Amino acid sequence: MQVSFNINGTPQRVEVEEHTPLLWVIRDILDLKGTKFGCGKAACGACTIHVDGEAVRSCSFPVQFAEGKNITTIEGLGTGDALHPVQQAWIEEVVPQCGYCQPGFMMATAAMLEKIPNPTDEDIDNNIVNVCRCATYYRMRKAIHRAAEIKSANL
Amino acid sequence: MSQSETKEKKGFSRRKFLVRSAVGVGVLFGAGYLSRPLWRRSLAGFANSVDAFYSGDTETPPLWFEILADNTITLLSPKVEMGQGTFTSLAQMAADELEVDINQLKVVHAPTSSGNIDGFSTGGSTSVASLWVPLRELAATMREMLKNEAAKMLGTEVSALTLQNGVISGNGKSLTYGEIAKDVESWEIPDVPPLKDRSAYKYIGQPVPRVDLRDKVIGAPIFGMDAQMPDMLYGSVVRPHLIGATFVSADTSAAENMPGVVKVVVEEDFVGVVAESYQQAENAKQAIKVTWETEKNWQLADIEAMVEVGKGDPVTIQKAGSPGSILSEADVITAEYRSPIGAHAQIEPNGAVAFVDSDRATVMISTQVVSITRKEVADRLGLDVEQVDIRPTYLGGGFGRRLHTPNAVQVALLSRAVGKPVKCFFNRKEEFQNDTFRPPTHNVLKARMDENGLIQAMEHNISSGDVMFGSALIPGIAGTLLGADVGAWRGGMIQYGKIPNYQAISWRVKLPFATSWWRSLGLLANTFAIESFMDELAIKAGKDPVQFRLDQIQDDEAGHRLREVIRAAADKAGWRDGVHNGRAMGFAASTDANTPCAHVVEVSVEGDQIKVHKVTCAIDPGLAVNPDQVRAQCEGSIIMGQSAVLYEKMTVEDGELRPVIYGPYRMALMRDAPKEIDVVILENADAPGAVGEPPMGPIGAAIANAVFRLTNKRLREMPLTL
Repeated sequence: MQVSFNINGTPQRVEVEEHTPLLWVIRDILDLKGTKFGCGKAACGACTIHVDGEAVRSCSFPVQFAEGKNITTIEGLGTGDALHPVQQAWIEEVVPQCGYCQPGFMMATAAMLEKIPNPTDEDIDNNIVNVCRCATYYRMRKAIHRAAEIKSANL
Repeated sequence: MSQSETKEKKGFSRRKFLVRSAVGVGVLFGAGYLSRPLWRRSLAGFANSVDAFYSGDTETPPLWFEILADNTITLLSPKVEMGQGTFTSLAQMAADELEVDINQLKVVHAPTSSGNIDGFSTGGSTSVASLWVPLRELAATMREMLKNEAAKMLGTEVSALTLQNGVISGNGKSLTYGEIAKDVESWEIPDVPPLKDRSAYKYIGQPVPRVDLRDKVIGAPIFGMDAQMPDMLYGSVVRPHLIGATFVSADTSAAENMPGVVKVVVEEDFVGVVAESYQQAENAKQAIKVTWETEKNWQLADIEAMVEVGKGDPVTIQKAGSPGSILSEADVITAEYRSPIGAHAQIEPNGAVAFVDSDRATVMISTQVVSITRKEVADRLGLDVEQVDIRPTYLGGGFGRRLHTPNAVQVALLSRAVGKPVKCFFNRKEEFQNDTFRPPTHNVLKARMDENGLIQAMEHNISSGDVMFGSALIPGIAGTLLGADVGAWRGGMIQYGKIPNYQAISWRVKLPFATSWWRSLGLLANTFAIESFMDELAIKAGKDPVQFRLDQIQDDEAGHRLREVIRAAADKAGWRDGVHNGRAMGFAASTDANTPCAHVVEVSVEGDQIKVHKVTCAIDPGLAVNPDQVRAQCEGSIIMGQSAVLYEKMTVEDGELRPVIYGPYRMALMRDAPKEIDVVILENADAPGAVGEPPMGPIGAAIANAVFRLTNKRLREMPLTL
């Protein structure tokens, strides 16, 4: 089937089998490798992207539901060469270790900050539920608070 | 650079300077830094312009550095980067001796064709320590070679030259390293110069940001999963879901005609399918009916019955005095502890991209064992190792899971069958059921104390599935030589040297599924047992558990360093025993790979939930090349350890290992992580030592010891459950 959507501000039309998880369209057809495969069951969050601003686990999101939607991946999180406040905070706090799950965490965080600009620790615990095996959670929490500061200062 | 860009560089027009050496760095077991004269000869022979990505000759010494015309330098790392920060530490070490800005250095994984292959692995918290001397000596020698040439070109003496950021100045002129290297016809190889004093370091010892930080924040395609080759197809291999299953046969008829299927490949030991897309390959795989042969329909009770001190063959791994006779007297205290099967659960699945083209194989893969993987592919394909190029990528987590990556062989066979590059990786269920698990353990401790509350005699019995034995890393003969599994008893020796009589005994269990290296190996379970037991003894003796430990540590250097981290952790945490405002502290310490580490945890219990609020960690890794990454490793190791200690458990049901997905395999999440982690770094040794694993040792016992103070319940089985 044909599916059309905007991804990172660019219109795309893909020819793909119905029910193909959006993750594989993004990774293998559009060649955007920042969105990761972890489990294929929406259990780890490594594949988190934004669909119309909502955090979505793309491994379990059938491509046909992307029709007409605005999709953002880690590659499109920043604006031009400027990193998104979440990415800036991640750099300031030197968060990543292996780094594999980090795009998913950053996408989940960016979506949360749109709804909760100044999250409490409890907000973070309730909303950021991805899995990081290097267990960088301690620095991620600091980076999330820092990202909220950068974002509000930019307004 | 993205994986797709790491293609053949033959034909590059720019001229390059290569420093090559025959330095062996596979030193996990202390083989050391070998053959300096050989290295000098090799430098002399190979300081010429050669293509970086082609070498096919094992006689040629390895390639370490490449100086490019733009005055950047590529460091080809023989160690892989899996999050532990090794690339950053290596860049710091090289930059200081090369006298370049660290941003002029780019660290990449050495492909095997460069020759710079670690003969052993990346693991065991040894990367920085093992390269500490050789890498700096190589860099310093290269700097001197460049200076010698610069002096000739600038028409002055070497002693009159000044260096800054890879620019050599003298006689009123300047040349970059890149400019010097491109015009040198033959190089003089000097003696290895003296290495810099600590006072002259610009980068070593500083909290330099990770060199891979930006790539990892923008989602750059740096992992094995991101690798691709032109005209690539997708493979999928049917992997057994049953324990001990061997492949008998496959009915592939339904899969043959499914959409996108290019070929179903039946080999002697597995069946796989190649298709045009990942989804098509996965769908076709589901349609293949495989007949497996299994020995038994295993249940958890079968496994638990095997892991029992007293069963199997004992080997005494440590002994002092006469513990046996004292421990047969009255008033002996005994306790036993258990740990479950643990999964690696690294987020990036195992997988590879392979292309086998007549007499050459190229494999891009996340692996901790580059040279072993190369040999496995070569052996199975009937090629010489020189015909196989393994191109390591960044790892989406290692933790020991990638210390055996024979899946590279399967992908290579799929590629050979279709004559095109093939990408193939595990799905998550396959990861959970085909892991090389952390083995379950049973630890039995005995001790007798005198009237002053000092331990007279102590015995530690460890029953564990294999860690090192049976591993691709270790030749079969090692078992005979070593007697006991070094991996299983890591952390199992008694480190309180003032105890006059003690012994540790290792019991080997052969389990029906693969068990192997899992970050820190036996350290997690063994230290949980020993340090919980020390707490039990301290309480029996009516002593403060910190002082109780200090009283039994010997007076040598290792004892001094251990005492210092114990004191530092207790001081920084404001250690006090007992329950205060609903929280209790727990204490534990251990030394792993010569790095002592102590934790004070602050815990509360709400209902049946154990909550870890704060961890104060003191660690002495010797010289901390990058203090910020030492902290990062401590933080990660503490939370990953907490995850294993409080939540994680694989079980066995109806012949299968379960669960097969995150969530049911409960791991620490954001909400579980301590809100405060305070790391104190001591540097009571001159050279860098282990960092990535030692902090995992004391975490289990520290938490259990705190829980006892809160609940009066002694939890002796992981995961700790109230």
